[in-house]
Amino acid sequence: MALTKEQIAQRIAKELKDGYYVNLGIGIPTLVANYIPAGIHVELQSENGLLGMGPFPFEGEEDPDLINAGKQTITTLPGSVFFDSAMSFGMIRAGKVDLTVLGAMEVSDEGDIANWKIPGKMVKGMGGAMDLVASAKNIIVAMMHTNPKGESKLLPQCTLPLTGKRCVKKIVSDLAVLDVTPDGFKLLERAPGVSVQEIVTKTAGRLIVEGAIPEMQF
Amino acid sequence: MNKVVASADAAIHDIQDGATLMLGGFGLCGIPENCITALVKKGIKQLTCISNNAGVDDFGIGLMLQQKQVKKMISSYVGENAEFERKLLSGELEVELIPQGTLATRCMAAGYGMPAVYTPAGVGTEVAEGKEVRNFNGKDYLLEYAFDADYAIVKAWKGDKMGNLIFKDTARNFNPLMAMAGKITIAEVEELVEPGQLHPNEIHTPGIYVHRIFQGTNYEKRIEQKTVRKRI
Repeated sequence: MALTKEQIAQRIAKELKDGYYVNLGIGIPTLVANYIPAGIHVELQSENGLLGMGPFPFEGEEDPDLINAGKQTITTLPGSVFFDSAMSFGMIRAGKVDLTVLGAMEVSDEGDIANWKIPGKMVKGMGGAMDLVASAKNIIVAMMHTNPKGESKLLPQCTLPLTGKRCVKKIVSDLAVLDVTPDGFKLLERAPGVSVQEIVTKTAGRLIVEGAIPEMQF
Repeated sequence: MNKVVASADAAIHDIQDGATLMLGGFGLCGIPENCITALVKKGIKQLTCISNNAGVDDFGIGLMLQQKQVKKMISSYVGENAEFERKLLSGELEVELIPQGTLATRCMAAGYGMPAVYTPAGVGTEVAEGKEVRNFNGKDYLLEYAFDADYAIVKAWKGDKMGNLIFKDTARNFNPLMAMAGKITIAEVEELVEPGQLHPNEIHTPGIYVHRIFQGTNYEKRIEQKTVRKRI
C-alpha cells in the first residue's frame, strides 16, 4: 500500500535528531511536526521570523500577529524567539538550520528540484524555497512519487523551472525512501506492500536498486 | 524632535504617481492597514510596490490592485491572491518574483548603506538570468542590488514621537528592514508614546530611520489561515 501523506510525514520524522533546528515547508512537511519521536527535542524554524514554533492555538486564543510561513495561526514555546526576515534567512544562508523538509513538483536524479512555477498555469512565487535549497545542509523532499496524471516526479531532468540545482539529498515519497547519489536515485526502503518493480516502473530518472530492499518501519 | 503626523492621509500626502513603495508585512500579518486605505483613497497610480506578498483579493495590497494602482509588484509569493495571479498570467501587471531571503537582504543592504550583496539563492535558475555570478570558496553566488525605494511604509506595535519602533511577534517580518531602506520612511503604530516610555534595550528600529509616525486606528488584523487545536 502506498503511504498516506500522514505516513510520509511519520517516516520523515524518523530522520530527526535531538538538537536539530528544522525548517518544515508547507503541505506534507508541516505534518512532520506531529510525529516528532519521544525523547527528541527539535526547534522548528518558521522563516517569517520565529524559532521555537509551537502547536496551533486553542480556539479563541489565536493571535493575528503570530503566524507561521504558511500564514497559519500558531503559538510559541518556552525559549521561542522572534526576529526579522533578514536574520531569518541569514541563519538559513549561514547553514545554521540542520534540516529542511519541503515539497516538490519534480526532482531530478542529480538532485535538482522544481516546486515554484508551472509556466502559463501557476505562478505563485518561490517564497523562501530558493533560499532554503541553496543553503540547507540537508534537504529532504516529501512528495507523491507520481503526479495526478500518473507520471513520475522523479526524472532524469526537471521539465519545470528550477528552484535549485543539485541540492536534494533524500526523497520520501508515498512509495519509497531514496537517497540522491552521484549515480542517481538509490532505493533504500519501500512502502509496506509496494514492490520494487512498481517503484522501478514509476521512477523515470536513473535508479539504483542493490540487494533486498527492506520495507519502511514506523 | 517630533515626527508625528496627524493621520495616514497626512503621512502619505506627497506620494505621487509612479513612486516606488516598500510595504511591510508577511501575508496579512503586520501590514500598514491605515496607509493602504489612505493610498487607495488618494488614488495614485503607476506604483511599483516592493512587498513580500500582494495581500488577498479584498484586503491589504489586494485593495490597491483592485483599483489598478499598481504597475509593478516585486514580491516572493503571491499565491493567496487569485486576482493577482490572473493579472500576472494575462500580462496586465508587471511582476518580479524574487526569493524571499533575497528580498529581505536587498532591503537590509539599502538600510546598511551597501550597494549590493552576494547570495546563493537562485543560482542555476531563471532568477539568475542576466545577473553576475561569482564563485567564493567553491560555491556560486548571485550579485543582487540594494533596493532603491522612494518610500517605506511600515507597521509597528509601539512607537514614540522620535520614531523609535517596537514590533510584535511575527508581525516584525520585513517591517524593520524596510523601515531602514526608504528615502522617506512612514511608520504607523498601534500605540504612540512619549520619548522615554520605550526602553532603549527593547527598541527594534532606531528613530533615525523613521521620518513620519502616527497612531493608526481600527486595525482589522485579518487572519488568513485560522488554525486551532481542540482542548483535551
